[in-house]
Amino acid sequence: MEKGLFMALIEVKNLKVYFMTRRGPAKAVDNVGFSIKHNETLGLIGESGCGKTTTAMSIMKFVKPPGQITGGSIRYMGEDIVPMKDEQIRQLRGKEISIVRQEAQNALNPVLTIGKQITEMILEHEPVTRETAFSRAKKQLDMVGISDSRIKSFPHEFSGGMKQRVMVAIATACNPKFLILDEPTTGLDVIVQRQILVMLRNLKKKLSLTAIFISHDLSVVAEICDRVAVMYAGKIMEESDTVSLYSDPLHPYSKALIGAYPSLKGELKQLRSIPGAPPSLINPPPGCRFAPRCELARSICTKEEPEAVMIDGRKVACHMV
Amino acid sequence: MVQYLIKTNKFKEFFQLLFGHPMGFAGLAIIILFLAMAFFAPFLGTQDPAKTGAVENLLMPPSTQFWFGTDDLARDIWSQIIYGSRISLTIGFVAALITVLSGTLVGLVSGYYGKMIDEILMRIVDFFMMLPELPLMIVLAAVLGPSMWNIIMVVSLVSWPTTARVVRSQVLSLRERPFVESSRCIGASNFQLMFAEILPNVIPLMFAQAVLMVTEAIYAEAVLSFLGLGDPTSISWGMMLNHVFVSGVIAESYWWVAPPIISIVALIVSFSLLGTAVSDILEPGYKEKRGF
Repeated sequence: MEKGLFMALIEVKNLKVYFMTRRGPAKAVDNVGFSIKHNETLGLIGESGCGKTTTAMSIMKFVKPPGQITGGSIRYMGEDIVPMKDEQIRQLRGKEISIVRQEAQNALNPVLTIGKQITEMILEHEPVTRETAFSRAKKQLDMVGISDSRIKSFPHEFSGGMKQRVMVAIATACNPKFLILDEPTTGLDVIVQRQILVMLRNLKKKLSLTAIFISHDLSVVAEICDRVAVMYAGKIMEESDTVSLYSDPLHPYSKALIGAYPSLKGELKQLRSIPGAPPSLINPPPGCRFAPRCELARSICTKEEPEAVMIDGRKVACHMV
Repeated sequence: MVQYLIKTNKFKEFFQLLFGHPMGFAGLAIIILFLAMAFFAPFLGTQDPAKTGAVENLLMPPSTQFWFGTDDLARDIWSQIIYGSRISLTIGFVAALITVLSGTLVGLVSGYYGKMIDEILMRIVDFFMMLPELPLMIVLAAVLGPSMWNIIMVVSLVSWPTTARVVRSQVLSLRERPFVESSRCIGASNFQLMFAEILPNVIPLMFAQAVLMVTEAIYAEAVLSFLGLGDPTSISWGMMLNHVFVSGVIAESYWWVAPPIISIVALIVSFSLLGTAVSDILEPGYKEKRGF
């Protein structure tokens, strides 16, 4: 148990999640690997459909058919969860590994009070009395900045930002060690986004949480993550610490992604969009998956798949660096 | 939903809306009247409904002594109506309860698990739905023998599939809602998802079904008793009609025929009115329309 402190909390190796479609397997996540240390937050960015959510969900082994984990290993505190039985993995969910999902608006049960929803969550995982669970639910609400007098309120009586706070309260009710934040600020206005981010950052410190943060919003990721992995078409293109990634992206896709995003500081420049569209995941192009849209592509790029190489502690998968 | 109504102080609001709804008010008023009748039966100027009277009191038309007249055994019809309401209401409520509970359970399990379990349960439901209701009730009542509990059983047996179907279709949609998936993500078990997350969402539906089932059960009891398959020792409205019919004086004794018919119709109509009102009120937007 204690040895867990010295190794990575989550270690994903060669993860493959394929969706078995009629036209063949769609390689939504293909050979993805990363590790997250204690108290570290990894950002996962990329455009829609690149496999961010699928990757994160497979950490709790939550892949819905036709999707299935076809290969690789996911080690949580050194233990591989891929071969685990359903009941075993259910014990982990919520208790050890928890998640705040996108669309908090719909993620709460409309006919139960939020107090009841938090209490049920605690009772499901811990052998405590209903009274204890209820008072803990109050503390949870307090922690996410909602007055505990609102404990008997129903979800429709809350605003979007408050519902998101409640989701965080539920997700962290059993003191999980690892938290998956799946676009927790999507659909909220910037001011509420800011509040949620500040709350999450404080919470992270207070509960010494390890987290994976999924977003397509680069500024939000910069705000909260220690390291960032850039995904494209089911593969990790670059993995690096946040500061170097934003100041000096190595992979052409990271460059393009960051170039497509407006900056508050620095001179005003024309934003550059990336031409073309992501490739089909059923028949991905041979070689580098980004090659068809890449400005720097050479003939080798469309023939050989680039291996990830380490440069100054950063991982990049490109022939051209 | 009951909890939802109570906790948000919506219980009061719900009844305010119900009283404001003309059909709801009428239905509720009649039901309460019948409930009071059943409850206070001994204090309503009645005598033992099964007690036969003197020969000179046979088939008496309404008078001050016998408010609704007497039947061919000189039994007081007023008392029979009052005590008969107990049987109709008991059968109605108990059968509705059994029907809705078992139907909901089957619908919940079937809709939640899907696949093989759904297939098997739904084929069983299909089987029961395909059986012709009235002949089945007649056969079962004849085989099982006449008693109130057998009637309740027979009625429940033929009406649970409807509830199961309705609940299943709702559960099929509910289980795909994001809140179910998020609960599963944070480790909720199947049991908890079914009973703690999905069930509270189908309670309004159960209410509506229960009201429908009460009318069906009351009606079924009347039919079975009229056909002579009811419990001959108990005095129910259906049994009274059966007696009238058998006695052969149906054409002359209006005071004997009319009260049970009117009572059955009134009770069934009142539950239908209540059902309509409740489904009106539970419809989103009704409250706003009424300016609440």
